[in-house]
Amino acid sequence: MAQYIRRRLITAIPVFFGITILVFLLVDLAPGDLTDLMGEGAAGETERAAMEAALGLDQPLPTRYALWLAGLFHGDLGRSYHYGQEVSELIIQRLWPSLLLTGTGVVLAVVIAVPLGMLAAWEPRGGWGRLAHLFTVFGSAVPGFFLALAAIFLFSVKLGWLPASGMYRAAGGGGAGDLLRHLILPAGIIGLSNVGGILRQTQSACLEVLGEDYIMTARAKGLRERVVLVRHALRSALIPVLTSILTHIPHIIGGSVVVERIFGWPGMGSLMFSAVSGRDFNVIMGVTVVMALAVLLTSLLLDVVYGLVDPRVRYGER
Amino acid sequence: MESGKRVWFRLRSDRRAVVCMVILALEVLCVLLLPPLLGLEPNVTDRTAGFWAAPSAEHWLGTDDVGRDILARLICGGRISLLVGFAAAAINLAVGVPLGLLAGYRRGAWEFWIMRLADVFQSFPNIVLTLCLVSLMGASVLNLVLVLGLLGWPGIARLVYGNVLSVREKEYILAVRALGGRTGTILYRNVLPNAVAPVWAALGQRVGRAILSESSLSFLGVGIRPPQASWGNLMQSASSLAVLTGRPWVWLPPGLLIVLTVVCLQILGNALRDAMDPRAARKER
Repeated sequence: MAQYIRRRLITAIPVFFGITILVFLLVDLAPGDLTDLMGEGAAGETERAAMEAALGLDQPLPTRYALWLAGLFHGDLGRSYHYGQEVSELIIQRLWPSLLLTGTGVVLAVVIAVPLGMLAAWEPRGGWGRLAHLFTVFGSAVPGFFLALAAIFLFSVKLGWLPASGMYRAAGGGGAGDLLRHLILPAGIIGLSNVGGILRQTQSACLEVLGEDYIMTARAKGLRERVVLVRHALRSALIPVLTSILTHIPHIIGGSVVVERIFGWPGMGSLMFSAVSGRDFNVIMGVTVVMALAVLLTSLLLDVVYGLVDPRVRYGER
Repeated sequence: MESGKRVWFRLRSDRRAVVCMVILALEVLCVLLLPPLLGLEPNVTDRTAGFWAAPSAEHWLGTDDVGRDILARLICGGRISLLVGFAAAAINLAVGVPLGLLAGYRRGAWEFWIMRLADVFQSFPNIVLTLCLVSLMGASVLNLVLVLGLLGWPGIARLVYGNVLSVREKEYILAVRALGGRTGTILYRNVLPNAVAPVWAALGQRVGRAILSESSLSFLGVGIRPPQASWGNLMQSASSLAVLTGRPWVWLPPGLLIVLTVVCLQILGNALRDAMDPRAARKER
């Protein structure tokens, strides 16, 4: 087991460096730098050189990367040009709203997708199967922003039930009820747009399990169908279902970036958008690297958990 | 390997696939032929109709905020959206297939580094990386195609890789190698045809995803920029409540076209997969 974990960690190291190098190059090689923004118009050659020296931009590329990486290890991602705040502070402020929104969305998606996928596998040609089919075909084809527009049109404008933007009311808001009202629409959209993918994988995992001999044995023993489905089928399908949820995480985060922007949700996605349009380089690098490292960490944890739960995984890998 | 004729025959007998093919073909024909045939001018202001005119006999979908005909912009925007989708998917293939082949066939260091590179790319939410790159490099159709194309390869590479792993152990590959075939030739002539089937099916999904990414970014104002039209940025004006509630003919048609196109691409992709491998299709049912 220890060897398995060690091997898995070793493969994660190049990926970690790959992620940081990619983020660094992405921003560093982009045309224009901070001196263009800060010294707009007025700066002459000497001022520019002084500014570059002050920001460390006169160092060669590998040195700058090493410095940035060292900062990353200390949790120091530099200062935001636009907000004047530490980037790490900014990210921590925005992390909670993002986690709340995305987390609620994922829970909603799972609550719809897993039971529906199971029922659809159990009865592929019945009503559940058809409903599941509709979800898989349309679920991933309707762009999140279109769904958001339709939802705002219906629930905020026509019916006036739910607010269309923000996290709290501007005046006198702040309670949990207020937060919940603001959360429903964006979280519902993140949930709905991720049902399709999770549903399809749950269905195929359950289909596979339902074909196994021990299911037939369980049925032959005369167990009730519900017991067969929940105790025997769902349990063994759980690992592939969990995998499918976790492999969707980058996709889910990506979708919530767009949804955050549309609903004015004060999370990492909105931060990303304002940073990109304001060319706030340190924030761009900070947010992307944090998102990617979170994904890397989840997949790493997942593999370790698999190794613990399922001995076949440990022996299967060369 | 199924012969092309038989695949085509099976595809033709799938009613839904045929409907989707016809719809997609019509869309492509419309966006290619209608602008020159009807002399559509998506960037010209009609002063007599004015701003935000309601649908009329002259402007079927009305005019936009500066008096341009929305139908003309919808058709010309379709050109851009479909172009971005197909071109990005083509680059996905052009990068992903060779890398997947190499990783699966050569194994060893090739396998390790190519798969780690795929891990790196797949750690990023696609839209975030696209957002950064496109806005830093400058938003243009070419940049958008390049970025979407170069970011989407790992999925394809993994599909090919998985198949090559099993194909390379087959006896006929051993036979060609024993006969002294060169690696490049073996990869191209023997491994590729046997490993590439699921890729054609994934292609439909790829095009759809690229169209969705493009339209999301353009809708948010960081993809295709006006005056150039795309299905995404045509919906941009719907972020104002007046347009959203009062003028649904502005934002509903491009949205529905995106959904229709992506759904058709997906159904067609699945049908193509089933037509290429009927045994797998039957097993799934």
